[in-house]
Amino acid sequence: MAELHGESPLVTRAETLAGSSVPGVLHLSEVAFTAQVTLRVDPKSPAAERIGTAVGTMLPNQPGQVARTERLQILWMGPDEWLLIGPEGGAEQLQATLTEALGEEHGSVVDVSGHRTIVEVTGPKSRELLAKGCALDLHRRSFASDQCAQTLLARTGVVLLCRDVEQPSFWIFVRSSFARYLADWLADAAAEYRV
Amino acid sequence: MTGEYRLADGGRIDRDRPVRFRFDGHDYEGCAGDTLASALLANGVHQVGTSIRYGRPRGIAAAGPEEPNALVQIEEPFPEPMLTATTVELRDGLVASGLPGQGRLATEPDPARYDAINAHCDVLVVGAGPAGLAAARSAARSGARVIVADADTEFGGSLLGTRDELDQAPAWRWIDRVTSELQASPDVTVLPRTTVFGCYDDNYLVAVEHRGEDAFTRQRAWHIRAREIVLATGSHERPLVFPGNDRPGTMLASSARTYLHRYGVLPGRRAVVFTTNDSAYAAAVDLHDAGVEIAAVVDVRPVATTVWTARCVERGIRILTNCAVTGTSGADRVSGAQVSSLPSGDAAPAELDCDLLLVSGGWNPAVHLHSQARGTVRYSEELGALVPDRTPRGVRTVGAAAGTFTTAECLRAGSEAGSDAAREAGFHADVAEVPGSPSGPVTPPQPIWLLPGLSADSDDEQFVDLARDATVADVRKAVGAGMSSVEHIKRFTTIGTAHDQGKTSGLLSSGVIAELLGVEVAEVGATTFRPPYAPVAFAALAGRDRGDLYDPIRVTAMHDWHLEQDCPFENVGQWKRPWYYPQPGEDMESAVLRECHAVRTGVGMQDVSTLGKIDVQGPDAAEFLDLVYTNKMSTLRVGRIRYGVMCHADGMVFDDGTVMRTGEHRYLVSTTSGGAAGVLEWLEDWLQTEWPHLRVHLTSVTEQWATIALAGPRSREVLARVTSDIDLTNDAFPFMSWTDGTVAGSGARVCRISFSGELAFEINVPWWHGRQVWEALHRAGSEFGITPYGTETMHVLRAEKGFPIVGQDTDGTVTPHDLGMGWAVSKKKDDFLGMRSFSREDTARSDRKHLVGLLPPAGSAVVPEGTQLVDSTELPAPPVPMLGHITSSYRSAALDRPFALALVKSGRDRIGQTIYGHVGDELVPVEITEPVFYDKEGNRRDG
Repeated sequence: MAELHGESPLVTRAETLAGSSVPGVLHLSEVAFTAQVTLRVDPKSPAAERIGTAVGTMLPNQPGQVARTERLQILWMGPDEWLLIGPEGGAEQLQATLTEALGEEHGSVVDVSGHRTIVEVTGPKSRELLAKGCALDLHRRSFASDQCAQTLLARTGVVLLCRDVEQPSFWIFVRSSFARYLADWLADAAAEYRV
Repeated sequence: MTGEYRLADGGRIDRDRPVRFRFDGHDYEGCAGDTLASALLANGVHQVGTSIRYGRPRGIAAAGPEEPNALVQIEEPFPEPMLTATTVELRDGLVASGLPGQGRLATEPDPARYDAINAHCDVLVVGAGPAGLAAARSAARSGARVIVADADTEFGGSLLGTRDELDQAPAWRWIDRVTSELQASPDVTVLPRTTVFGCYDDNYLVAVEHRGEDAFTRQRAWHIRAREIVLATGSHERPLVFPGNDRPGTMLASSARTYLHRYGVLPGRRAVVFTTNDSAYAAAVDLHDAGVEIAAVVDVRPVATTVWTARCVERGIRILTNCAVTGTSGADRVSGAQVSSLPSGDAAPAELDCDLLLVSGGWNPAVHLHSQARGTVRYSEELGALVPDRTPRGVRTVGAAAGTFTTAECLRAGSEAGSDAAREAGFHADVAEVPGSPSGPVTPPQPIWLLPGLSADSDDEQFVDLARDATVADVRKAVGAGMSSVEHIKRFTTIGTAHDQGKTSGLLSSGVIAELLGVEVAEVGATTFRPPYAPVAFAALAGRDRGDLYDPIRVTAMHDWHLEQDCPFENVGQWKRPWYYPQPGEDMESAVLRECHAVRTGVGMQDVSTLGKIDVQGPDAAEFLDLVYTNKMSTLRVGRIRYGVMCHADGMVFDDGTVMRTGEHRYLVSTTSGGAAGVLEWLEDWLQTEWPHLRVHLTSVTEQWATIALAGPRSREVLARVTSDIDLTNDAFPFMSWTDGTVAGSGARVCRISFSGELAFEINVPWWHGRQVWEALHRAGSEFGITPYGTETMHVLRAEKGFPIVGQDTDGTVTPHDLGMGWAVSKKKDDFLGMRSFSREDTARSDRKHLVGLLPPAGSAVVPEGTQLVDSTELPAPPVPMLGHITSSYRSAALDRPFALALVKSGRDRIGQTIYGHVGDELVPVEITEPVFYDKEGNRRDG
């Protein structure tokens, strides 16, 4: 379908994020329009296995674990809940794949692509920046690559994903209505690095 | 020269960097590295302020945060009240003045930035004196993540105030070496100027870092979560109680030594030293060697320690054993001390001239954090102090804070504690080596609380708490009134409640109480140690949670469009919702009347994206919804929509909204804007704890959708312009049904629901398309005069139809029946939340408050919401019997008059009656009506 994507939740904060970035220190940007699908299914069910086969990797079963395929990142959100992230425009196909693999078994597949957007934070000051609003331990020994957590950042709920622990890179998933607040908070917290 | 009392060399200050400052209107010069107190003393200034109750002159009594007296008001760079001169770093341009016990807040906004950060570590070391540094080094060498924090501007703690040597070299060499090693370790965070002021459950501690006046962030609050804690918080010297013990020039002995060694300042020319223990002798000897005449060391003990006696004899310092200072003389500064043999009163006291009176009543381990961490303390007879007793898991208290008073022992205990803490945190840790430190034999102190033989007349000149101006007389009064608990006496006398939280006066008061009651100090005990350990500015606690960042502002996909219209916003929960869209020259009332008129006669559009949306899926979804709504949802057909009410178990309305059946096993539930999070939590709670057998999954999808309400008789025509694949006729698309289609090029879910009573559509599109679709609808509607409307118009329109708003027309005490919604309460279901409460006697009462309409006389003003309703034309004497109150009140464009909704006792049985609203001093007549004012037959919803 020739649908336009319209506007991402942080389109008016692109400059704020870019302006808060400091080369070699910190970089902030929105990762917009990814496909996001929430999956709920019993991890011990045959359906969960079928889904693993269909997407090309078993659903991660450890708290905060993230599985990856070429196209997908699968975030463990709860004992029977995952958030699947795919490329832009891939939500329908992903839903179809999951729904088909789920079959008649009890479970749910819900498109939440518009529900949250993503702020990418990279650079050596990433952890310190996040620590200003997040009470979780983000040290490289505690929050490694391909780990995720649902937590509070400043005063909004987020899903935090560590993409790379060595060259610090994080994705912050934030609900679209809170995204501007979070961008403004990040810009404020990052202000000291521009001095 | 930076003051006539400044030595030519020595100390940790930089004489090449003079610092100019102003105190009480006089200009002075100090050095970089000075505190305000040391710079004042260097200039011969002892008196800083006056006391809070009696206005007595008060001076600098200490050299650190335990200072009870030297309160100052900072004027420049920024007004700050109630700081102690002993903890204010001197800086160029500082302007300060002494305080009479109370300060003044700034009237202008603070331009400085304050923020916060979270930190985690394996080992937190609080205090960087000999014990803390040794602990930090042992822990750091294991590879553990270590944070070491100290309130002072530089590390070293008590070593900075002495000339003690470590490994036969000045102690600062060792301090510098260890500090450098810690700074070079990648997983060690070194925090000078950082006061750890609170210790809470699970080793969560909060500290405030003073980053400097010129730093980007002036102060930063550290929220530290530590696996293991080493408390090396040191100790505070205790003053002595005797008549005239508050005169400026009276100072703790070790503080005088600190001023000498750390700041190169002589706090006086001729000193009397009054002590109960060995430590003050070091001050006497060091000050003597620096050129201060020591008039005498007055020791309450019958025999002085041999080593110190020898050192004094060498220098010709007189020791008066078994003696005490029993009085002082002088106006604004001590000029003499009266010394008597003990017990005093036997002979006339000898008068010793002096301009400095040093006192030492022993040492109080700083057990504040230990105690906050739920460690217990006990009174040690041997040390005359409270010392740690039981220590909680994960916490170690070492060094002077544990009652260890030799440097050698502090170093050893610190090093062991550091490695022990690291091992507990899972690291292989050795005990790091410690430097050699000389230590001689120590003679036990002889704690003394009240000098024997003094007449009671002197009680009111014997100060127990200098900061609160509380004397022995006050304690005697409390005891005389029958109080024996230290907690009661603290509150009666206010001892220990000042800025210093009783650091010098706490145990002293326990000792005095014990003497007056004739019991042991251990029996009296001490008051509770509570955070904060030292005063903390509110600004530091607030951090960046201010202005627009105080609370999240939630916005919809169409927010920028609303901003472009310059409309005022209404706060709904955390959401910003357009309130109304004024045209040039319009006030709120005229704008709302215009918007209402447009919806009733043409077409309007509203952003309703803020309503909560929950996707409910599973084979038991229908059964689940039957349990949580008062009405039946299992009978809803796929493709249809039903309005539903949720109650708490008490039968009171809690939320409402529409329920769409989107599949055999799938529903989309909508909630109020403010109630979304609460409803999801409520549903999950029941699902997970009470009905885990139900196969249902809930997913919040509030922000997946941008939602536009298109309302009014012309709404169908507008929608027809932007959709081609939806049959919009009533037959194909009846009221309370939904369909998927394409709207303005976007995939959309369109519903026939109406909150205004008019023909209306609710168009849901993915968030990203919200603004595009909104604008397309706005363009398509232009020839029909489409009018964007806000929450106020929405409120008026729904009130004309008698639709209640949960949270406005209800308050948690209202049942569906009270709202006249008995029709929404199923009589066929076996169970649902709230059902049993409807058979309670109270919910069946006939005089419950009902939601009814009210009509003030046509042409009159709108009666304010919240107006109380009474039955009589004149107010009787209180208590006035109340009938209820107005919950919603507006002017109606359609009715051309004001109208209101109200909760009124037995309201439905009183329709047609006139009651009175109490507005200002008047009683305004209002007629009770049905709550539906407009289109009672419901003819308009199909257009």
